[in-house]
Amino acid sequence: MSKQLNVALIGNPNTGKTSVFNALTGLNQKVGNYPGITVDKKQGICKLSRGVKAHILDLPGTYSLNASSLDENVVIELLLNKNDKDYPDVAIIVSDVENLKRNLLLFTQIKDLKIPTILVINMSDLMTRKGISLDIELLEAKFHTKIALVSTRKNSGITELKQLIESYKTISTEPCLDTTSIDTDYFQSLEKAFPNQDVYKLWLVITQDANFGKITRQELDVSKFKTKSNQELKRLQQKEAIKRYQFINAILKEGQIIDRSKATGLRSKLDRLLIHKVWGYVIFFFILLSIFQAIYDWATVPMDLIDTTFASLAEWVKNTFPGGGKVTDLVAEGIVSGIGGIVIFIPQIAFLFLFISILEESGYMSRVVFLMDRVMRRFGLSGKSLVPLISGTACAIPAVMATRNIENWKERLITILVVPFTTCSARLPVYLIIIALVIPDGSIIGLSFQALTLMALYLLGFGMAIFSAYILDRILKTKHKTFFVVEMPNYKLPLLKNVIITVIEKTKTFVFEAGKIILAISIILWVLASYGPGDKFNNAESYIQTATSQTSNERNDQIAAFKLEHSYIGIVGKTIEPLIKPLGYDWKVGIGLVASFAAREVFVGTLATIYSVGSASEGENIDTIKTKMANETYADGSKVFTLASGISLLLFYAFAMQCMSTLAIVKRETKSWKWPILQLIGMTAIAYICALIAFQFLK
Amino acid sequence: MRLTIADLKKGEKGVITDSSSEDIPLKLLEMGCLPGNEVHLLQLAPFSDPMYLNVNDSFLAIRKETASLIVIEKIDE
Repeated sequence: MSKQLNVALIGNPNTGKTSVFNALTGLNQKVGNYPGITVDKKQGICKLSRGVKAHILDLPGTYSLNASSLDENVVIELLLNKNDKDYPDVAIIVSDVENLKRNLLLFTQIKDLKIPTILVINMSDLMTRKGISLDIELLEAKFHTKIALVSTRKNSGITELKQLIESYKTISTEPCLDTTSIDTDYFQSLEKAFPNQDVYKLWLVITQDANFGKITRQELDVSKFKTKSNQELKRLQQKEAIKRYQFINAILKEGQIIDRSKATGLRSKLDRLLIHKVWGYVIFFFILLSIFQAIYDWATVPMDLIDTTFASLAEWVKNTFPGGGKVTDLVAEGIVSGIGGIVIFIPQIAFLFLFISILEESGYMSRVVFLMDRVMRRFGLSGKSLVPLISGTACAIPAVMATRNIENWKERLITILVVPFTTCSARLPVYLIIIALVIPDGSIIGLSFQALTLMALYLLGFGMAIFSAYILDRILKTKHKTFFVVEMPNYKLPLLKNVIITVIEKTKTFVFEAGKIILAISIILWVLASYGPGDKFNNAESYIQTATSQTSNERNDQIAAFKLEHSYIGIVGKTIEPLIKPLGYDWKVGIGLVASFAAREVFVGTLATIYSVGSASEGENIDTIKTKMANETYADGSKVFTLASGISLLLFYAFAMQCMSTLAIVKRETKSWKWPILQLIGMTAIAYICALIAFQFLK
Repeated sequence: MRLTIADLKKGEKGVITDSSSEDIPLKLLEMGCLPGNEVHLLQLAPFSDPMYLNVNDSFLAIRKETASLIVIEKIDE
């Protein structure tokens, strides 16, 4: 086996760390997870010369070794644990040429851990334009390091960086400065208490415990050593930061010259427009509108294509293996359709992440946070929550995935929990048919009642999302103190490579992680609808009398309806009838509700089957179901679908959690079944109560 | 009168004199909100919150409540 060395990529956010990672590894990368937390673990392989491979770990962006979020904590935990299998042989600090001073703060901290460290100065192509010149030799000598000037945009400096990685053993492990001088007595007593440990490491552990909360550590337990209050520790940390900056500034004074007159005004020009008190919001509104248009409209073209492809594939399987019986049925209708039900989401996910990664990469997303923070924080949401909330109007699945960009865990969780309330496109067919059925024709000031009802439902969904966010914000407790400090990065043209990698990676995550659960549940639902106990299901044909005037299609429809009634799902529908009776539904609607769990729009198709109009062509179908539903009566002759039961059904669909795919993606994004189960129970309970009140009032 | 970043108007500058309040996030100190550094208030969101500033070559947005903890001396130009 060839020798492999561990490389950790560390750096401030917005320095192009991920671009460096992409440049080193190309598509040789995979995204996993750190155990137990929702932080992406990005790792890849970089081939060096002579068969040497470097294992590159792209650590979450951080401003220092004092964590204030779970993402940042990952960095510290790794660097404090020499026994971790990913513990780096060499660390690469990625810095940005325009923010060298601040980036060097983190650099000096890593150096204190005595890890061989390479300093990458990224975006070096901008140096001349920004009027920056660096004395690399001097900087290398003073900081005890090797420097690589890299430009991921111009693809330069990567070969040199690879050479530096390979010769990491020659890099000094000597710290740059002695921070213990900020309180000599304290650090001496610390050294005495733990004679075998590195004093800076101990200091990190102590401050980490004080700032971020206790984390169980096997290697180091400092809980017995507590001679300073949290306030004193914080003051000491401030002294540490000042000391580090003094050191850095002294060196940069010699090694860096900045000609400020060359600084271009691109940032201030764009900011004046993009975060303008009026225009800023107008522009953001149009960006949201185009995202919405893309996932709601443009995505339907590939989605229809996927739909028909999988339908004909299922047909092909059936025709090619006609003797297969149940196995063929399972493959064609269970598995192939199930996979189709996963693949269908890919266009929306890809479109949404195309937009999001462009917004993130360009630096615009931070401006959105700036614009929206004041409004959104009242509801416990982040400025970034608005993009998922609006995309939820197309589909909750990409929307839940889009919450990854929200750094604050509580805000992210609340956004995930409330997004499914927004009116997704799968609700639309259900709304349309019920509105057509129960809302009278007629209009007020030129607006039809039916259109107004539809609009009210959209507003209701959005309102409910905001309202529950407000409630959740007050209920949910977080362990970690949160605060708002947002860096406003420079505007950049997004790198195509980074955008594409993000889109591919998000799509893969969905297909392979949430996809498993979706496939499993859709097969179960298919089995429940396609099989039933007893003679009535298995010999349905013999129970249906042939009327003389009947066509064979009509007879087949009748058999299908009879079969569905006596399938397992039909039995479930009938069993829950007492439960849904107070909402104004009969068992047929009950079957529709259960079947909706695969996807809400299935409701319409299921009703078509149960009302024996399954074989009617599509356009005709809706009208026939409508007529059937309108004429549907109870035994006493009263109508099933009235204004009361219709409104009740609309409210139920507006609020209930009926989408297993959403539950699967929530499980994947929160790393626990707790939250999707809470959503399932909570949302369905709200739906039930609202529908109950509406029906009992209007009846 | 004690002046803080929250008292700055758009375009104004100041020098930090005290940032030792316990409620200032450490992250902010590490980004350069330290005594002696210059603050330039670049832009304000509606209702002056959050505030967009440049300090120590870092461009940051912070909420008004945090800004009101960082004591400054105004620079008149």
